[in-house]
Amino acid sequence: MKNNIISSIRLTIVMLILFSGAYTLIVWASSQLTTSHGNGDVIYFKGKKFYSNLGQKFTNDRYFNSRPSAVEYNAASSAGSNKGPSNPAYLASVQARIDTFIAHNPKIKKSEIPSDLVTASGSGLDPHISVTSALIQINRISKVRGISENALTTLISKQTEKPMAGLFGPERIHVLKLNIELDKMQ
Amino acid sequence: MNTEIIGVILSFLVVVILAKPMGRYMGKIFSDEKTNLDFLFDPLDKLIYKLGNIDFKKEMNWKQHIVVMLTINLVWFVLAMLVLTNMGNLALNPDGNPSMSLDLALNTAISFIANTNLQHYSGETGISYLGQLVLMLFQFISAGCGIAMAVIVVNAMKEKVAHTLGNFYYLFVRSCTRILLPFSILVAILLVLNGSPMTFEGKDTITTLQDESVQVSRGPAAAFIAIKHLGTNGGGFFGANSSHPLENPNYFTNTLEIITQMLIPLAFIFAIGYMLKRKNLAWMIFGVMTVGFLLLALPTIWNEMNGNPLIEKMGINQHGNMEGKEVRFGAAASAYWSIATTVISTGSVNAMHDSFMPLSGLFQMLGMMVNAFYGGCGVGFLNFYIYIILTVFISGLMVGRTPEFLGKKIEAKEMQIAMGVTLLHPLLILTGTAFASYAYTQNPIELSAWLNNPSFHGFSEMLYEFTSSSANNGSGFEGLGDNTPFWNIASGIVMLLARFIPIIGPVAIAGSLASKKYIPESAGTLKTDTITFGLMIFIVIVIVAALSFFPALSLGPIAEYLSM
Repeated sequence: MKNNIISSIRLTIVMLILFSGAYTLIVWASSQLTTSHGNGDVIYFKGKKFYSNLGQKFTNDRYFNSRPSAVEYNAASSAGSNKGPSNPAYLASVQARIDTFIAHNPKIKKSEIPSDLVTASGSGLDPHISVTSALIQINRISKVRGISENALTTLISKQTEKPMAGLFGPERIHVLKLNIELDKMQ
Repeated sequence: MNTEIIGVILSFLVVVILAKPMGRYMGKIFSDEKTNLDFLFDPLDKLIYKLGNIDFKKEMNWKQHIVVMLTINLVWFVLAMLVLTNMGNLALNPDGNPSMSLDLALNTAISFIANTNLQHYSGETGISYLGQLVLMLFQFISAGCGIAMAVIVVNAMKEKVAHTLGNFYYLFVRSCTRILLPFSILVAILLVLNGSPMTFEGKDTITTLQDESVQVSRGPAAAFIAIKHLGTNGGGFFGANSSHPLENPNYFTNTLEIITQMLIPLAFIFAIGYMLKRKNLAWMIFGVMTVGFLLLALPTIWNEMNGNPLIEKMGINQHGNMEGKEVRFGAAASAYWSIATTVISTGSVNAMHDSFMPLSGLFQMLGMMVNAFYGGCGVGFLNFYIYIILTVFISGLMVGRTPEFLGKKIEAKEMQIAMGVTLLHPLLILTGTAFASYAYTQNPIELSAWLNNPSFHGFSEMLYEFTSSSANNGSGFEGLGDNTPFWNIASGIVMLLARFIPIIGPVAIAGSLASKKYIPESAGTLKTDTITFGLMIFIVIVIVAALSFFPALSLGPIAEYLSM
């Protein structure tokens, strides 16, 4: 029994060195060879640094709006709303988001709003919206910015991220990248 | 066809295709046959045995296996407690996160040594990088421990009379170094290339395009995410787990992570076939598990893609129930993942289960209640083994034959153990939920922070927590306010019992069967590698799960579904 305990302790220490130590170092060393040095992918625009994988809060009428977030896009405390599908408070908040959207985009009919634009994501940091969610914001942005609707439609189709290998998974729009391109137009 | 559906089909097909060669590789490792990677791992293993002062050639009987397994797990528990309760003052803590309270540390320590990874803390604020790296150690060794114990049971199924069943340390070290380590390195590097961070720098602060200041948590995440899936652990580096864009940046990593978490449980089935030279038995097990998995996955995908009828009534253009889901994965891949992670005891999530439709929540819970459709690293097979023993006994009685499994007679002692293990799971889940619900209804004001949702769904949150703990799964209906002494201690006890008793039970049965006389197959033998027998197992599983859990499920998800 005593031998078992000593062997267990020694083996655990060896494993600690191997898995918490050596394995971590191997992966860390590989990450240093990438362009981001393992710090996460970034893009720069007008002297600002953005993490390209992380969604940002866009509520301003000048920008394509991002999805609602349970944590207001706080990238130091990711979380979803964890509201159940039949929760009356949750349903009321979805209804309120629909009403707010219609108020800001009076030309859009309710039946055109896709569900991703009025529901919160799992991480609260979703960088994407669906293509439809971008298209129904064109009318508003065109008015605020004075850019033609046609030019915006072209921009969206250029910025549409296709399914993986053209076959697997959904089409989507990266909101931050789209808004950077939008700022570049002026 | 819809690209979301094609994406799901891809992730299933790839893992099935990879499972056979991987199973062969694992089978060779545990049959002491040569593999191409021996030149790397033979010296590494020898060094480990030497430094660990281990006699890896000493044969052990089933009781000795249990003793050494429990001893080393006790050492792990002490190490985890020491680190988690002191990490605030130790190295590698750039964000200045605090040490854990005693009850939270207890819950977390048990959770990670039990391969559960239920998390009552958030990665960004509740743990230091040192804490994360030590938890990562447990993600390796708890999975290795599960695989080793399953191999011991497989060794006992060989056609001979045996009193010893290999050496625990030997099987454990080989599982860790030859299976978990190389594939984790590969997956971690793929994650790094796709944007998962692997850094020791602390939080960054950025200004958004809309000119708001935001802090960004980072850390050595890629290494953690790889083994969290390969070892079917499931604990997230960040609070939002694999729905977080840094843990799961795109559709490729999403597919990679689904495949990684399913690989070892599926491959282990084929490893059994290889080690026992009984391919038909492996196909029978694979068939039963796959049918069970698909019966849960397909309706969930359909359900989530159809969306929420209460939101449809508001008159918008639904394309799936997107609350708690990420646009880059879509409803289909999120629904598929939610079943993969619950039938296999991973418990990582790429969408918030609390916001799934009621029947999807039901299927997720059923996956954990059965806990043997694929199942976690090693332990999935151990659970299935119990169902095999039950089925052999029941079918034997039905057709009037002596119940034998692979030439060994199943008698009262084995059946008592099998029944005990089977009943433990509903006992822990149902008494736990009953107790919590009673406490809540008696003190609805004091305990109002427990539940994030009212009515039936609130009940489901508590039922899910105990189901997940008892299945050693670790996912949650995360609305539950679970970082309280009650939940920390209650789920801690459940995880502890539900980890070790379902390991000890099958090993005891296997040890007892191995020492019995081998009875060669004859015309009177009940064949266990046929479709008929597979169907019988399936029926036993359905009856056990349905009878035990239907009443509780009808109070939670079924009632919520009917009320919508």
